[in-house]
Order: sequence, then C-alpha cells, then structure tokens
Amino acid sequence: MEASTKPSVSLNIATNPGAPGAREGFASLPMRMTVSKLNFFYGAKQILFDINMGIADKKVTALIGPSGCGKSTLLRILNRMHETVSTSRLEGDILLDGQNILAQDVTALRRSVGMVFQRPNPFPKSIFDNVAYGPRINGAKGSIADVVEKSLRHAALWEEVKDQLHKSAYDLSGGQQQRLCIARALAVEPEVLLLDEPCSALDPISTAKVEELLVDLKNLTTIVIVTHNMQQAARISDFTAFILTGQVIEFSSTPHLFTTPGDPRTEAYITGRFG
Amino acid sequence: MSGARVRWRKFVSNFMMTMTGLCALISVSVLFFILGYLVYNGGTSINWAFFTQLPKPVGEIGGGMANAIVGSGKLLFAASLFGVPIGFLGGVYLAEFSGSFVASVVRYAADLLNGVPSIVIGIFAYAMVVLPFKHFSTFAGAFALGLMMIPITLRSTEEFLKNVPNNLREGAMALGASKSKTIRTVIIPAAYRGILTAILLALARVAGETAPLLFTAFGNRFWNNSWSQPTASLPVMIYTYAVSPYEDWHRQAWAAGLVLLGLILIINIVARTILARGIAVPRS
Repeated sequence: MEASTKPSVSLNIATNPGAPGAREGFASLPMRMTVSKLNFFYGAKQILFDINMGIADKKVTALIGPSGCGKSTLLRILNRMHETVSTSRLEGDILLDGQNILAQDVTALRRSVGMVFQRPNPFPKSIFDNVAYGPRINGAKGSIADVVEKSLRHAALWEEVKDQLHKSAYDLSGGQQQRLCIARALAVEPEVLLLDEPCSALDPISTAKVEELLVDLKNLTTIVIVTHNMQQAARISDFTAFILTGQVIEFSSTPHLFTTPGDPRTEAYITGRFG
Repeated sequence: MSGARVRWRKFVSNFMMTMTGLCALISVSVLFFILGYLVYNGGTSINWAFFTQLPKPVGEIGGGMANAIVGSGKLLFAASLFGVPIGFLGGVYLAEFSGSFVASVVRYAADLLNGVPSIVIGIFAYAMVVLPFKHFSTFAGAFALGLMMIPITLRSTEEFLKNVPNNLREGAMALGASKSKTIRTVIIPAAYRGILTAILLALARVAGETAPLLFTAFGNRFWNNSWSQPTASLPVMIYTYAVSPYEDWHRQAWAAGLVLLGLILIINIVARTILARGIAVPRS
C-alpha cells in the first residue's frame, strides 16, 4: 500500500483561506486522493460546489459540517456510491493514485476504497462469513481464515469473538457489529477507508473503542471520516474540512482549524453557534 | 357528565367488545368445526388400503387411492418446476432491476392473474395443452397449477426482496460486489426463508385446487405410466367420489379429504419451521 505517485494537489489556497499551507507541511505530504473542481447534482439540485481537496496518505481526514451540508454525499462520491441514485450527475475530477476513479471499473474501485456506514450493517451470516465475504467475492487466494483473523485483529474485535466465529453477526452488540463492519471492510485491504458517521448509532464506550481503533488503523490505510461530532474530529483526525451548504469553507490541519479558524463561519460552527 | 350517559357508554363499550370477541370465536370455530368433522368422518374411513391400493371397480367394496396420492404429488412437483422459477426470477427482476412503471404494470398483471377464477385457468390450460396434444395429461394439469403458482411466487419474492434493508445492498457493493453478485450472495440469502415459505404456501394452495384439474389432468382409475397420460389426483377424486351414489365411495372421499388436509398441514408446518430457523435480518 505504497503511495507511489504523488500528484500535485490543487489546494487552492487563495479561495480556501484556511487551506493547510507549508506551515503544516500538507503540500509536501504524499496524496492518496485528490478532488478537483467537483460539482455534484441530484437532478436539477446542486449539492456540492467546486470542491477541491486532497486526502493525505496514511492520515485521518475528517469532514465536518451541519446536517445536510453535503459531507456524506462528498464521502460517497469517493467510492462512487452516489451512482446508486440514477438522477445524480457529477462534474470534475477525482484521482486515486493519479488515476481518475470515474474511468475505473467501479467494483475494482470499491475494493480499493472501502466504506463503513452510519448504522452497522452486518450481513445475515456468521461473524466469519461476514469478514470473509469481501475476499471470497473477489476471488482471494490463500487462507481465508488467516485473512479473517488478521482483519478482526486490526478491528480490535478478535479477542471478543474468536470463540464464536460461527455465530450470527446479529448476536454481537451494536459497537461490536460496527467493528465487525470495519473488519469486513479491512479484509479486502483497501487503500482508503471511508467512514460515514460510524459512531452515530453507538454508545460512548463503543464510540471510544472505534475511535481508538481508527487512530491505530492510520498506519495501515488512509482514512476519511464524516462526523457531526466536532470533538470526535478533533480527537482523531489529522486534517479537517469544514463543509457548509455544499462548499468547503475551510480545510486545514485539525489543530489549526480548531484553534485558529480562518473563516468566521468555521469559528461560529466549532464554537457551537449553529449546526 | 350525567350518570345515564356514562352507563350508556359503558353499555356500548361492553356490547362492542362482546361482538368482536364473538365474531373472532365464530371464525375460529368454523375452522375447528370443519377440521373436527373431517377428522371424525375421515378418521373412521381411512385405512392402510387407502394408501396402497387402486380404486376398486364400481360395486366392489374397499380399495384405495394410491394412484391419486402419487398423482397429486406428480402434479405438484411438475407445477413447481414450471411455476416457481418463472415467478421467482420475475420477482427478482421486479424488485431489483425494473423501473417503477414496468414494475407496476407487471405487479398489476400478476394480481389480476391471481384473481382469475381457477376454472378459467383450467379452460385456458385445456385450450393450450390438452387440445393440441389431443388428450388429457399430467402435464396439462401441472401447467394449470403452475400458472396459478406464478403470481403468488412472483409477488412474494418481490416483497421479501424489497424488505431486505438497503444498507445490506450498500454494504456488499462497497466491498466491490457487482449488482448481480450482491443479489446472489447477500440479498437472496437474506430473503430466502421468506421466499421459500411463500413458495410452500403457494404449493399448499394449489394442492387443493380441483377445477383446473377437471379437464386437464382429468382422472384415472389406474396407475398412469406417463406424464402425458391422464392422472388421478386427490381433489378430483374427492369430487368424483363425493357426488357418487355409493356409500363406500363417500367413505373414501372423506378419507381423501383428510389426507389432502394432512398434506397441506404438513406443508404449512414445514414452511413455518423454515421461517423460524437460520439467521434472520432483525427488524429495525
């Protein structure tokens, strides 16, 4: 999972006053994904406006913003899940390792860019079969059992489930189910893992476990997380984009965004004046 | 509020509660009355010969309906072979691929087909299969019964597939599964128990149909050796024997009714058992 290519990132600092400058070393980081001039529509309604941002390799990038601002839509575009809606239309370029994802085979893309959803969605199968699903449909060679164990260990779930791998995934608690979904996504060894408010349906203890896990996973893969919990973004992410009404208002390193926001709207949001 | 008014309200409340309870009781007791009557009459008539012997010629006492039991089995088997795949695949198409216009047209047509009187289905099968081949056959009967299974299977397959939560589809697709693979490996497995149950219930329903068999499978007092020969079936035997003037035939009709009911009951119980086991998607 080496970031071999290093496409130039068009983080337009002029239009993004808070964009991470050389001070945080963002520009010198290898980029896993870049989004440029992205406009997105559902039917006639424009959802996203001229999005430009980079996803740094082996870092956690958080997308924050109020409900309905388009942050989940942006996330879903990164592995083309938006295509399940037939009226959607997209303009602009999204590169993964320098390749335009829109020109790729969509199933191959989704193997490289995995996704974990808001509500845990294990399949009605055993714990083992859930994790093994991705490798199996993708025709993995070698021992599936090893992949399952490795993925469950990465998702910090192995110790809790190793004696009950053949039980129904629905026997697990909500937090365990979400970690199972993370393990399932990791089993296909994605280069990028997208998480869409993965903790919004979880209790605080489960949330803490998932957060801890995500910080550890940084070494393994690149993470993009959507959250409406600003504390969560502050705790786990390296970079944060603040999105409002379909536009990236500010994109910078997380400490920078939360301590010295460059835009008054960002400041208003992170201090809780709206949202 | 005046006391009279309260008393009146209490009276209306109690009266309506009694009426609803009474009607519920009547519904249940009709079923149990039929069951009891059938078990009483059938139970005293049934014997081992009923399952093992062919019908005796008119005037002779005894004999059985072994050929009709096997005939019903063959009819149901062939009907499922014909009706289930068509209904199932059509249901998959409706739930997963079709646009809303096509789906609504097909759904409407299926509902109409489901409402077509079974005797009309019988005439249709007579015209389509019996006339061209110039004789009654097991095939023709199975064709008629299979036609009746299509709309039930189609609609229930569609319903059960649609009830699979969308987040399972997204979960599979996010792992790089194509749409057809998602349907095959996640959606259908998640819904198969419901679909299988619906198919068994469809089978149970057509198992008791008489009208479509009267001029398709016709009837036979002997073993039939070929799928293209007329065959005996339990519902038609019940009809023929019940309207006959012979006491012994009446006895056998009761026995056949009991066997048919037992068969349908077994299918139902198997269906419920399937529904109750395995990993189900919890309702959210």
